[in-house]
Amino acid sequence: MFTAIFGSIESGIIYAIMALGVYLSFRILDFPDLTVDGSFVTGAATAATLIVAGVNPFFATIAALIVGFIAGAITGLLHTVGKINPLLSGILMMIALYSINLRIMGRSNVPLLNEETIMTKVRDFWSSLGIDSMLNNMLLAMGFEGTLPRTWGILIVMLIITILFKLFTDWLLQTEIGLAIRATGDNKRMIRSFSANTSWFIILGLGLSNAMVAFSGALIAQYGSFADIGMGIGMIIIGLASVIIGEAIFGTKTLARATLAVIGGAIIYRIVVSLALRVQFLETGDVKLITASIVILALILPQIIRNQKVKKQKEKKRQERLSAVDRKDGGHAAVKTDI
Amino acid sequence: MLLTERMEAMLQLKQIYKVFNEGTPDEKIALNNVDLTLNKGDFVTIIGSNGAGKSTLMNIISGVLIPDEGSVHINGNNVTELPEYNRSRYIGRVFQDPMAGTSPSMTIEENLAIAYSRNKKRTFHRGVTKKRREFFRESLETLHLGLENRLNAKVGLLSGGERQALSLLMATFTEPEILLLDEHTAALDPSRAELITNLTKEIVERLNLTTLMVTHNMKQAIELGNRLIMMDKGQIILEVNEEEKKQLTVEKLLAEFQRIRGEQMASDRAVLS
Repeated sequence: MFTAIFGSIESGIIYAIMALGVYLSFRILDFPDLTVDGSFVTGAATAATLIVAGVNPFFATIAALIVGFIAGAITGLLHTVGKINPLLSGILMMIALYSINLRIMGRSNVPLLNEETIMTKVRDFWSSLGIDSMLNNMLLAMGFEGTLPRTWGILIVMLIITILFKLFTDWLLQTEIGLAIRATGDNKRMIRSFSANTSWFIILGLGLSNAMVAFSGALIAQYGSFADIGMGIGMIIIGLASVIIGEAIFGTKTLARATLAVIGGAIIYRIVVSLALRVQFLETGDVKLITASIVILALILPQIIRNQKVKKQKEKKRQERLSAVDRKDGGHAAVKTDI
Repeated sequence: MLLTERMEAMLQLKQIYKVFNEGTPDEKIALNNVDLTLNKGDFVTIIGSNGAGKSTLMNIISGVLIPDEGSVHINGNNVTELPEYNRSRYIGRVFQDPMAGTSPSMTIEENLAIAYSRNKKRTFHRGVTKKRREFFRESLETLHLGLENRLNAKVGLLSGGERQALSLLMATFTEPEILLLDEHTAALDPSRAELITNLTKEIVERLNLTTLMVTHNMKQAIELGNRLIMMDKGQIILEVNEEEKKQLTVEKLLAEFQRIRGEQMASDRAVLS
């Protein structure tokens, strides 16, 4: 149980970078960008292929980031210059990337089992620090029973990376360019009247969004020790689920809060899925169904709650009116009997 | 020298012609050879019935539409083909819809920061700095709405009047070469409309902005500005200069409108008979 949750927190933190990318396109730019399903794999494929070719895993991961940016920027170009509908631009890019990803990898699966990756480097570095035994002893001292995590290094280093991405996003969206990106998603007519080329900001925003997605994909490939052509299926929905769950639980009062919520949402999503898979009749293949159900629930529940509230209020008003009429009637009847 | 400076043409429209749905049964000549020149500091009000071409004229000046023929010049530069996002460096605009001129999910100071970058290159520097916040606060004080104490409030929470006042400030505080006001008080209740009208007058006078204002309200058209033009069927049918405008009343304006319309109808009849 603990191992499963520990694992889902680890991967949740890595997926959070992808969720931040989805937040950027979906919420900030108001652009439902389906490129994500493809660019996540592109990131994984790029990093895995380069690592197998002997490139330093850090450079390989940075290369994934750049390739992701290009993929997103092309989707932006399709929409702004090609005047293609946002959903369709994303789908077209996603399909195109499928073939490109196969080309990058040369086959449908690239294993990284015996390669040096960021994860193995982190593990080695971390074990030399000796913090693991300290943390584990602390857990034991608190009366913890069960399997202890093999290393805390990945959790902590990935958390630092994810928080760096969060801080970058927070900073970016406060710059003059970032403000223009936000206004592009909020009110295009207004931002054009303040000398901003919305096309440029859409391209830039989608580029940055997919750069994060591809970076996350590159890390996931190294975390799971393989890149696979199918690993991006439904990624956009996972990102969306993370964003919606995070927003519902942690709120969106300020930008910094909203980006933190997205990270929290990504982790919670992973925990929910791993718990759901412990239910007897559910299988690993059901993950996508569970994800879709979570998003559907997250989209429908708020509506139902709102409707209920409105109904209750109306009912209350009706009761008040009725009781007012009753009183009048009562008074009337009383007068009658008096006569 | 002084004279030439004073008479400097800030905005020039030359022989503007624009037709919509050309070649279809819905063909409509929106602007028919319109010539208009605004000198620096001119405040021109435009009146006219629906479909007279007022909004098309505004859209052609701001670059939302490109004219089929004719040219637009701002401060001596031909901007006819310049896209809207480039041209808005020189143009401040306030729309009729109070929701159109601001970004609702962003705060007041962030909106002001966007407007502040209108005539500058946008960089990766912080949009709202301490220094700018002070400037924003001072600018907001001129509205007398207390918005200077709500810099971090989301604009979506403001009332229509407050949003329109903010839009007006955002369009003007960087002192654009040209200010376009497109029925910017029409969607407000009378007291709010009056507030915005007074603010407009005060701001345009203080910053000596070259302004073009479309309005449906004849009284407003007469009270504000130093020149008035009346449009009908894509043409300017009446131009009232500074001297004449001082004597103008709503009755005179209506009578003039009737007279011109009558003449036109008479000539139409002559053509048809």
